[in-house]
Amino acid sequence: MAREVHGMVEKRGAGLWLTHLFMILGVLVIFFPIWLAFVASTVTQPEIVRPPMPIWPGDQFWVNYKAALFSGVNVPVGTMLFNSLVMAIGIAVGKIIISLLSAFAIVYFRFPGRNIFFWMIFLTLMLPVEVRIVPTFEVVAGFGMLNSYSGLILPLIASATATFLFRQFFLTIPDELAEAARVDGARPMRFFVDIVLPMSRTNVAALFVILFIYGWNQYLWPLLITTDPEMNTIVMGIKQMFPSGDDVAEWPVIMATSILAMIPPVIVVVSMQRLFIRGLVDSEK
Amino acid sequence: MLPGSWMEKRVTFKGWLLPLLLIAPQVVISAIFFFYPAGQAVWQSLFIPDPFGLSARFVGLGNFEFLLSDKFYRASFVTTAVFSILVTLCSMIPALFLAVIADRLIKGSGVYRTLLIWPYAVAPAVAGVLWLFMFNTRVGVVSWYLGQLGYDWNHVLNGGEAMGLVVVASAWGRISYNFLFFFAALQAVPRSVIEAAAIDGAHFWRRFFTIVLPLLSPTTFFLLVVNIVYAFFETFGVIHTITAGGPQQSTTILVYKVFSDGFVGQDLGSSSAQSVILLVVVGLLTVIQFKFIEKRVHY
Amino acid sequence: MKKLLIGALAASATFLTPLAATAQTEVQFWHAFTGRLGELVKAQVDDFNASQDEYTVVQSHKGNYSETLNAGIAAFRAGEQPHILMVFEVGTATMMAAEGAIKPVYEVMAESGAQFDPDAYIGAVKGYYTTTDGEMLSLPFNSSTPVLWVNRNAFEAAGVDPDTDLSTWQKVGETLDALKAGGEDCPLVTAWQSWIHLENLSAYHDVPFASKDNGFAGLDTELMLNGDVQVAHLTAMGDWAKDGKFIYTGRRNEGGANFRAGECALFTESSAGYAGIKAEAEFDFDVRPLPYWEGAGNAPQNTIIGGASLWVMEGHEAEDYKGVGEFLSYLSSSEVQAAWHQNTGYLPITVAAGEATRASGFYDENPGTDVAVKQMTANEPTANSKGLRLGSFDQIRGIIDEELEAIWSGDKSAQEAMDSAKERGDALLRRFESANR
Repeated sequence: MAREVHGMVEKRGAGLWLTHLFMILGVLVIFFPIWLAFVASTVTQPEIVRPPMPIWPGDQFWVNYKAALFSGVNVPVGTMLFNSLVMAIGIAVGKIIISLLSAFAIVYFRFPGRNIFFWMIFLTLMLPVEVRIVPTFEVVAGFGMLNSYSGLILPLIASATATFLFRQFFLTIPDELAEAARVDGARPMRFFVDIVLPMSRTNVAALFVILFIYGWNQYLWPLLITTDPEMNTIVMGIKQMFPSGDDVAEWPVIMATSILAMIPPVIVVVSMQRLFIRGLVDSEK
Repeated sequence: MLPGSWMEKRVTFKGWLLPLLLIAPQVVISAIFFFYPAGQAVWQSLFIPDPFGLSARFVGLGNFEFLLSDKFYRASFVTTAVFSILVTLCSMIPALFLAVIADRLIKGSGVYRTLLIWPYAVAPAVAGVLWLFMFNTRVGVVSWYLGQLGYDWNHVLNGGEAMGLVVVASAWGRISYNFLFFFAALQAVPRSVIEAAAIDGAHFWRRFFTIVLPLLSPTTFFLLVVNIVYAFFETFGVIHTITAGGPQQSTTILVYKVFSDGFVGQDLGSSSAQSVILLVVVGLLTVIQFKFIEKRVHY
Repeated sequence: MKKLLIGALAASATFLTPLAATAQTEVQFWHAFTGRLGELVKAQVDDFNASQDEYTVVQSHKGNYSETLNAGIAAFRAGEQPHILMVFEVGTATMMAAEGAIKPVYEVMAESGAQFDPDAYIGAVKGYYTTTDGEMLSLPFNSSTPVLWVNRNAFEAAGVDPDTDLSTWQKVGETLDALKAGGEDCPLVTAWQSWIHLENLSAYHDVPFASKDNGFAGLDTELMLNGDVQVAHLTAMGDWAKDGKFIYTGRRNEGGANFRAGECALFTESSAGYAGIKAEAEFDFDVRPLPYWEGAGNAPQNTIIGGASLWVMEGHEAEDYKGVGEFLSYLSSSEVQAAWHQNTGYLPITVAAGEATRASGFYDENPGTDVAVKQMTANEPTANSKGLRLGSFDQIRGIIDEELEAIWSGDKSAQEAMDSAKERGDALLRRFESANR
């Protein structure tokens, strides 16, 4: 991926410094809210509520994070983090699997009803879960899936974005490969496993990141369908720390929890960014 | 006809049972968790039900009449358009700018990139909390310093400031997302093109606009549509947290109204009718999306 | 890919784990409290569970008031409703209209045989939740009423006597002038504007907020909040806002942050703000009765409550309802109520709890904590001051908030804004009427 031209572009002195300057400014602005949240999670409540709040970290780090980790709202933060993790991975993996399979079927086969099925799937690009939430809730309840991971995951898998992207990608796989496989008498699934899957590796990675974040950040849906505190997710948990009436918000603990809630998705994005970017580049071609 | 059906594979496999099996999981899940509930929403839009589902009165298109005769509902279309366009611009332009300068660096680019993509990991509901925290009237840290500079920030009364705040809070996480896409796209631009643009440093930006930007147009179109859809649907958490649609109705976008009529007002008839209207709007958007995505394939 | 598949398998295995069943009769209780209030609710529940071994109450926080109500409604539609649901006062009409979804408290208590004396409850508190025949539909849980909070230090800094008379809005107006002249940037701030400056204002001056006894006497009610008393008050507030004497900070209790930080001199807020103000304020503060307009309406009548009550939901076993009855009876006991009142600043729901608190010397040690109780119970409630029972009221409050914002920003006169609020609110009331006919 590295291009020699970069060296050339970099060598120009003033321009280089200017570039760094812009970059640093950009990072400062973009990162500031998170920095502030971190600062708020290391100071005491009185320091926050009396303006102006400090912009450098204080010494209450352990106190606040201990409170966040071990008290929680209904259940400890650890439980909520685990639930979010299961939900996010479930949505990402589940959606990727069903999308790979159906995109493969649509691209590489001619079968009765293909057009109808494709349109059916494609229609689900519209109407996010928030808009059809009450009937969806009733369906999930009817299956006895309230307070279950399947209830958290399955309704959010019913959307076609991933299928559509895989279809686009499969269309760019050279026909010669399928032709060769057919001449060799390879079965379709053999071709799928040996050729298509390995070629889709970076796309899968990119989608995994996008879907993981999508699942992790869900708020309204988990709020409705988890009536058992043991099933609460972390984003829900943060919102629930806000008092509903006349009580005061405990900012340091709320902010500590917010920071904790950011860590897993940040790890996923940062650790997969190389693959993610390659996946995006590949699907560009 | 399939969208872009001219892009069909020439080489296909035989058989019909296998593809049906392969497609079955997605079709079943879509039918149960999408089509049935969506159908229910359409059906419910013809009724005024009570919240508990104990009874419902058939009103035909009465709910639609009620909505479309409401000048605040009609105004909400304009608000939504303004909001979506602003969110899209505010998330794409800085992202493109940052991606271009990150693309010019080798040293340090990884560090910048890592810091820049953090906001993407912040849930919209939490992002709303963070921004509200900074801009709380008079006591938020940013509004306090603005006050010291003589600017009286009050987004709870000033509709323009409220709109600005929800736009920035919604666009913030998307800057990271768009940055990643633009950065990836730039990495894929053939180096000879970059070289040509880089020879004369002073005119870098001019050349960027005439040479590199057109090459990014597939990505740009794609992000344009994705971001508009995001602004339409996924921002309601931000609005709910920061302004609840106010002051007056200056930040009431369509999806927030679906949510607030349905879940604050318990008016499921009106809420369902709004869902149906949204469905039509998104349908139109999707048609546009097709056009752009198909165009993208030609590159 | 392999790893992903294994992950998927592991995840799907956990899908099927059933919830553990228990032998004791379980009573599900969904509420909207977090933080300190949540801890107090949990303590009440634990205490009840420890006091007997037939029933286990399982408490669960379901988000804020709106979210808790939604969760309850959605769960009912799916047949998964809790036994007890906390509903804020504006949801009262919605719950009442839902015959078949709720089981009135008086019925639950009669059937369960638990100890229950409707006369033990404070009239002005229970009135909000009883039928016109006087039968209690839901159990008042947390109730508060608006009062005036004073930052004494801010008064002194502006050269105004902190003990000045603030009983009427006329006097408050003069004080605001003096505070502003003395350099105070934020003389007055409020929380819950519709509740305090319209709903309570109307009750306090004994003028109707809506027709049909504020909705108590029928669903065909119409808003009357564009009357003279209301418009005069909002006009004055609008003028104060224009002059920078009243600072608007938001629809909910955002103003609390400003007041607690010492930024503002006067604050109209619920009596339940006590705990928060006591915890965060680093200045001397006072509690005063809510001001009224001298010579307007029948003031001072009595103020009305805000807060939430507990509704019992239909569709459970008779045995369960016995447990519910026992729990509600426990919650109403003097000790529990007195402790709740003293810990939170919420009003006691029984006369006995109020008396126990007075006898314990709590009011003497914490001056001002009885202001709310006195203000609520000063007069026997009239048809205008018993409470409000309006469908879609949460949404109507949203409309009122919007219209009030138009006054504060100077976009509309008070009369225009309230006329518009009436027109828009009435449209929602008609929809509610047709949904519940």
